[in-house]
Amino acid sequence: MLLAIENTSKKAAFFQKKKLLPYLLVSPYLVFVGVFVLFPVFFCFFLTFHKWNIIAPMKFIGTANYSRLFHDRLFWKAIGNTLKFLLLHIPLQLIVSLFLAYLLNHAIKAISFFRASFFMPVIVSGVVVTILWQQLLGFDSGLINRMLVGLGGHKSGWLVDPDIAIYSIAVMATWKNVGLYVILFLVGLQTVPPQYYEAAKMEGASKWQQFYHITLPMINPTVFMVVILSTIGGFSLFIEPYIMTGGGPLNTTLSAVLYIYKQAFQYYNMGYSATLGFFYAIMIMTVVVLQKKFIEKEV
Amino acid sequence: MKEKFSFGRLFMYGALLIAAITFLYPFIWMMGAAFAPENEIGKMTVWPSHAGWENFRLMIKKIPIGRSLLNSLLVASFCTTLVMITGSTVGYALSRMKFKGRQLIFYVIVFTMSLPFQITLIPNYITMVNLHLVDTFLALIVPFAVSAFAILMFRQAFQGLPQALIDAARLDGCNELGIIFRVLWPNIKPTLVTVAILTFIGSWNEVLWPLIVIRNEQLMTMPQLVTLFAVGGRADNQLGVKIAAAVLLALPVMIAFLFFQKHFIQSMASTGLKD
Repeated sequence: MLLAIENTSKKAAFFQKKKLLPYLLVSPYLVFVGVFVLFPVFFCFFLTFHKWNIIAPMKFIGTANYSRLFHDRLFWKAIGNTLKFLLLHIPLQLIVSLFLAYLLNHAIKAISFFRASFFMPVIVSGVVVTILWQQLLGFDSGLINRMLVGLGGHKSGWLVDPDIAIYSIAVMATWKNVGLYVILFLVGLQTVPPQYYEAAKMEGASKWQQFYHITLPMINPTVFMVVILSTIGGFSLFIEPYIMTGGGPLNTTLSAVLYIYKQAFQYYNMGYSATLGFFYAIMIMTVVVLQKKFIEKEV
Repeated sequence: MKEKFSFGRLFMYGALLIAAITFLYPFIWMMGAAFAPENEIGKMTVWPSHAGWENFRLMIKKIPIGRSLLNSLLVASFCTTLVMITGSTVGYALSRMKFKGRQLIFYVIVFTMSLPFQITLIPNYITMVNLHLVDTFLALIVPFAVSAFAILMFRQAFQGLPQALIDAARLDGCNELGIIFRVLWPNIKPTLVTVAILTFIGSWNEVLWPLIVIRNEQLMTMPQLVTLFAVGGRADNQLGVKIAAAVLLALPVMIAFLFFQKHFIQSMASTGLKD
């Protein structure tokens, strides 16, 4: 024991001398990145060439997983569902959050009340939000349908109609996240120097012209950030369909992550689901890079 | 600024008020529904006419909800503590020490942050199986003990501190760990709060990973237990019980939010502002 202590103190001196101390300090990260990031990426790639159900030994099957992926209608449907989701989610998120932030930026009274109320869904677990909205969107007893009927409208199958279920989920996800983006836009809006607006007013620019020619270009970095963040978030869609619809009706709300999860933990196709994950991750990174290129050009 | 009455302002307040109701009403309704008997849940009223604890009593009978609350607290506290410690040591080395590979490590951190989790999900589960960590708390803690985001936050915070602070501590015979935790930490309180809140909330709300690595009901975190309860049919299609579970899951975070509202909002906003 004593020897060990002496040893470590000697070692400590050695580390200092040899400048090994910094490496000791970053070692938690190095171990972490090795075990939970780099190894998994390589192992994932390795798995894509194998068939494996965890229990039986792994079997090398060449590129069979990849050709299966390209012919897997359900996977492409899941990708399509996720894209449909994003197609409504991202613009809706941008417009609503920018609109609310724009209003809040007008020296509003009780600003902290409004900010807090918009922010509430952001911090609460997605599980809570999903259970809650399941009740709001229910066909017979859902509050929204009751309200519609009360106003003389018709019931809508928000979660049971294959044509609209994924969009209902997109609206719900927007409701959950929009508060965060309101805050980000508010920070962005406050960086626009007031002199710019004054100068524009002198020139006779309308409110809309001021917004389009001054505000929008100035907050472009925030727009970019919101698009990227909601893209990444949207591609991770999982718990909402998992709880609300289980992927139905007719697999129209099956998200890509939910499908990967099902392949792995319902059918135990580890090799195949690793292939799906690998392919999907590369797809996400490509989309994000393209968005970056596209939006940066717009500046 | 002086406030003048105008239709523009009226419209603005109107729009904000409608938005606020849209965001708050579902939560208020949820609270009421949790105390409502089954036949009253569908009503739009905020508070049921025959309120009672029945839903909560039924839920406690069916699932170990109290246990899961403790589990969640335990897991989130451990994760947060570890992330703050590892984030500080790594962030300190990256910002205040010169060594070979420092820049490389920094780039690796930035790159891994943009790596989608879908790629590591399956392999990490297999790692857990091979390390015999499935159905242990370690499976919920170890993969979240280091956070690239926390490292970058600490790196940035330490960068902004004067070197004199560190030199003075060294003269007093303080070692590097002492410098980090005793001398520098008190000077970066906003960063500490931000990292703590984000890590805690992230861990508290995580549900996909627990669903994968925990099967034993006694070890489940609250979101996982509530999810399985809601999907698994054990609520016997009784809405009230489901909603009562959702209320219990939401309440701790909501209470914390009411008390530390400013910190929460500032912290969450900083997730987008890293660079």
